[in-house]
Amino acid sequence: MLWSIFKIIIFPGFVFLAAYALLCEFIDRKVYARLQNRVGPPWYQPLADFLKLLGKETIIPADANRRMFQVIPIISLSAVAAAFIYVPVLGGSSVHSFEGDLIVVLYFLTIPTICSFLGGWYSRSVYSTIGSVRTLTQMFAYEVPLYMALLAPSLIARTWSVTGMVTFYSQHPLFTLFNIPAFFTALIAGQGKLERAPFDSPEAETEIVSGALVEYSGKLLAIFRMSMDCELVVLASLISAIYLPFLTGMIILDFVLYFAKTLAVLLVLTLMRGAMARLRVDQMVNFCWSILTPAAVAQIILDLVIRGWLAV
Amino acid sequence: MSNNNNGNRIELPIGPQHPSLKEPAAFWITLEGERVVNAVVGVGYNHRGLEKACESRNYIQNLYLIERVCGICSHTHSTAFCQGIEELAGLSIPKRAAYIRVMVAELERLHSHLLWLGVAAHEIGFDTMFMYTWRDREKVLDILAEVCGNRVNYGINTIGGVRRDVDEAMLQDISKMADELENQIKYYLELAMTETTLSARLSGVGRLPYEDALKFGVVGPVARSAGIADDIRVTEPYAAYGEIPVNPVVDTRADVLGRTVVRIKEMLESLNILRFCIKNIPDGDISVKAPLRIPAGEVISRTEAPRGENIHFIRSNGTDKPDRVRVRAPSEANWRGVKHMLEGGYLADVPIAIAAIDPCYSCTDRAIVVDSGNGRKVMDWQGLRQYSIDWYKKHGIDVSSVKIPEKKYF
Repeated sequence: MLWSIFKIIIFPGFVFLAAYALLCEFIDRKVYARLQNRVGPPWYQPLADFLKLLGKETIIPADANRRMFQVIPIISLSAVAAAFIYVPVLGGSSVHSFEGDLIVVLYFLTIPTICSFLGGWYSRSVYSTIGSVRTLTQMFAYEVPLYMALLAPSLIARTWSVTGMVTFYSQHPLFTLFNIPAFFTALIAGQGKLERAPFDSPEAETEIVSGALVEYSGKLLAIFRMSMDCELVVLASLISAIYLPFLTGMIILDFVLYFAKTLAVLLVLTLMRGAMARLRVDQMVNFCWSILTPAAVAQIILDLVIRGWLAV
Repeated sequence: MSNNNNGNRIELPIGPQHPSLKEPAAFWITLEGERVVNAVVGVGYNHRGLEKACESRNYIQNLYLIERVCGICSHTHSTAFCQGIEELAGLSIPKRAAYIRVMVAELERLHSHLLWLGVAAHEIGFDTMFMYTWRDREKVLDILAEVCGNRVNYGINTIGGVRRDVDEAMLQDISKMADELENQIKYYLELAMTETTLSARLSGVGRLPYEDALKFGVVGPVARSAGIADDIRVTEPYAAYGEIPVNPVVDTRADVLGRTVVRIKEMLESLNILRFCIKNIPDGDISVKAPLRIPAGEVISRTEAPRGENIHFIRSNGTDKPDRVRVRAPSEANWRGVKHMLEGGYLADVPIAIAAIDPCYSCTDRAIVVDSGNGRKVMDWQGLRQYSIDWYKKHGIDVSSVKIPEKKYF
């Protein structure tokens, strides 16, 4: 019991997640800066930002629904932390797992987006309202290809548990080659989920200031930002667990491999952010439905064929 | 901030303070979903009274003032002003001075267009390009600092010529910078033509076709992108432009992509002009002596600023102070088309459509009384004072006891 609580709260649970999220934010910002010929922040900058925000005054708009406004960031962060419990960090095993936990992870990962929408909606500001509507519009565009791409590999592995999939694919590594289209689909749709360029129209600074979170400040903003950083880590871990399931069997080496894989995913996401302009929300929806979704459907058909072939 | 949803319409204020605006201006955008159905452009937050201030200073002091009409194209304003006074006084400046004016003008065009490119990239969320262009802009600013002693307000023009000479080492530095910059600018041109997300965000946005461009009287890159070959350097050559081959860049896209391409190609043209100047700059004096009192008369002087045609009107009454100075900065002409460009477009395109005219708010702002019968009236000093006292009283503050000096400002 005590051991489980330690695992959930300290390692590889919430504390590890938060620390790694801050590190990832630093790496993201530093690489982004170097891509742009800038120096970039020192390593402790994300932590310093977080602590500084904690010490700042929290202003709640007079028109806003006070209770919802305060509760939403906490729900967002706890949902992401809960999702991380089912994502394998040490080798192939997560803190807790059961058949079907992949669905639970995806469900938990939707909550921060919904929270961002609600936060913007309850702020009662024009900018945040438009930002929330964009967040929701975008969600309907990337959610379908992202989920299909993440669920497709489970057809071959014949299990809906993340741990089970990692075990299957690490025993049969060649099967991962079939999932390469889904890997790229998940990377691009994941960029949309994280609301990073080119899909950052919900928080387009030059149009709607910073979208849904425009009215947030102080501690609440710090929690919201932390939940976004954590979301990045959870998504990168999930993608690397499903599509890059290479394990050595030695726990230390696997832990190092975990960092290598998630950082590789993060680098691709950062590169995407640095190399493109922001798409309009209608262009984003068009792109997702006309390119990403067909790609994900094709992947599902491919995996179904392989599954049938394996069963013969 | 209003959130009145009449049907599906939302009114969104962009400005007077907004991250996409570099200077205060207000745009009241009425939205239906993401579509702009109505846009109201409000300028006038930056009025500085420069024209009026010119009337109470002598011509030499005015040089200083006119240079500060615009922070980015300061040289073009002082050139237009000096040219006008030289015409009134019957001076002809030495050829070397004219060449130096052209060189600084082209360097200014380079840094202004690079700045614009960065701002435009930032407006569409492409910060990498923003950082790249501004890094390259530093090279131009370094050269300007070397030639003029200043990075932005160059202070090189004087009535009757220029104040500083260029030497061989400077010319060499300019030509070295031109070679380095050429590769970068060609890269940006390629990027604008081929990068998918860029063309998706720029092409078809903020359209102002040929007929509308003529109707609204837009100038500079906005007009040239609509197919109007209007460039003062060619149509009415000033300084040394009569001797220098200038090819005006014209595009027919009539949208933001067209304006981007025109500006990038203009930079390449500026590099050619700079190279021609370096090769052909004549020896000789750099200025002639100018009188303090300028003979009475009126003059209109035009130059091609980076943003378009710049017009100065000067009326002299024979003293050492001008009777009237009127500055028609290029942005003032381009404002007319903005409402037309915004309506029917997407909200996401509003910042880039506004930025595409390369607006310069403080150059533009004038105090003009429009009596459209909707209750606006002219107030004198006492009236304004009374209005402010009443306004603050309504908000619970009494300022009527505050003493202010009884100075006549108007």
